[in-house]
Order: sequence, then C-alpha cells, then structure tokens
Amino acid sequence: MSVDPQELKQRIEAAIPGAVADVTGDGQHFNAVVSAAAFAGLSRIAQHKLVYDVFGPELGGRIHALSIKTTATETVS
Amino acid sequence: MSETDSNPMRDAIQSAIAENPVILFMKGNPDQPACGFSARTVAVLQSLDKPFAAVDILPDPRIRQELSALSGWPTIPQLFVDGELVGGCDIVMEMYQSGELHQVLGLENVPEEPDAAEPLEESSVAPSAPLSIENRL
Repeated sequence: MSVDPQELKQRIEAAIPGAVADVTGDGQHFNAVVSAAAFAGLSRIAQHKLVYDVFGPELGGRIHALSIKTTATETVS
Repeated sequence: MSETDSNPMRDAIQSAIAENPVILFMKGNPDQPACGFSARTVAVLQSLDKPFAAVDILPDPRIRQELSALSGWPTIPQLFVDGELVGGCDIVMEMYQSGELHQVLGLENVPEEPDAAEPLEESSVAPSAPLSIENRL
C-alpha cells in the first residue's frame, strides 16, 4: 500500500512545534528534511527520535523506511 | 512488569553493548548486509578502519524488539559506541561527513583511502548465546 509523502509532511509539521518538513518518497521509502525550533539544544539522536515518534509502529510497517535529516531553526519569539 | 525480572535476550543485548566499545546491530552481517542502510553504515565503519562488533538482528525477531525497547530507537541499523547509542544510518552518515564520527570513535585523522583489506579471519559464532556477535576486534 502506497503512502503519500504529503501525509508524512503534514503529520510531522502538525506534531512537532515549529516544524517545516520536506518529504519525498516512492510510497514506501521516504526522505524527510525537517527543520524545527523544537530541535534547538537537542542532540541529533533526540531530534530524530522526535520525528520517529510521529509515526511509531508504522515505521517498518506501512512506512517501510524513513530517512531523516534534521536542523534546528532559530527561535524567533 | 513481571517479564522484566528475567529477560535473557535483553540481558544479552545489554552485555553485548557494554562489552563491545563499538557495536553495530544490523540486518545481515558485515560481509553480507541484508539492507541498504546496514550496508552503508558498515561501509563507513570499514572505511574508517575501525574494528567493530556486529550483531545480525534478523535470526530472531526478539533481538530487534528488545533492542528498540532498550534504545528507544525504532529502526535498524543502530550503532553504539562506549555503551551509548550514536544513531542509525542517517546520523552515522552525517557524522561521518562532518568528521564527528571520527571524534566519537577516537580517530585522529580522516583516512584518505579506505582500506579494502579483508579481515584475516572469520570469527566463529557461539552457538549457545542468544546473540551471535561477530567480533572484528
């Protein structure tokens, strides 16, 4: 079953405060480039976990693979 | 929570992580990775000429289940250095490119040429252990 990269983008952006996501993929394998203010001060591991946590058990299931690149954006409050 | 009292698989994973300074949980083994992400991660470690232990998570689904429960990391591969989760394929790649991986692994310089030499000897697998660890130390 194919998954729309747009769905992943929207869910990441909805779940992570201040996130901007760019997701590409073939329906099973995806690349996500995510920047978010919420990443500031977090280790890379923690940043990636935030993204993984959006999808939980779907990873390895309907989302076969998700490749992630994260950057923290400056907080402009 | 009664299962936490005795969990040989979790114990085996914990000791493997504790006992091996660099350990990679992967699909397949370093000579025959069974997944592109595992293959890329192995290639990076091998190009750094850094000895590492490797565990194939495929033979028993409980390995992955317990590993992810321990690490909080859902995907494979997972690289641990000195008992700490460094990350999966993406993070290892990013850290390799930025030079951070060399630091984490205690390497001074970025080697110009990957050493293509084959390991001299295949390590044997201990049949009684719940995990088969290929040690490249």
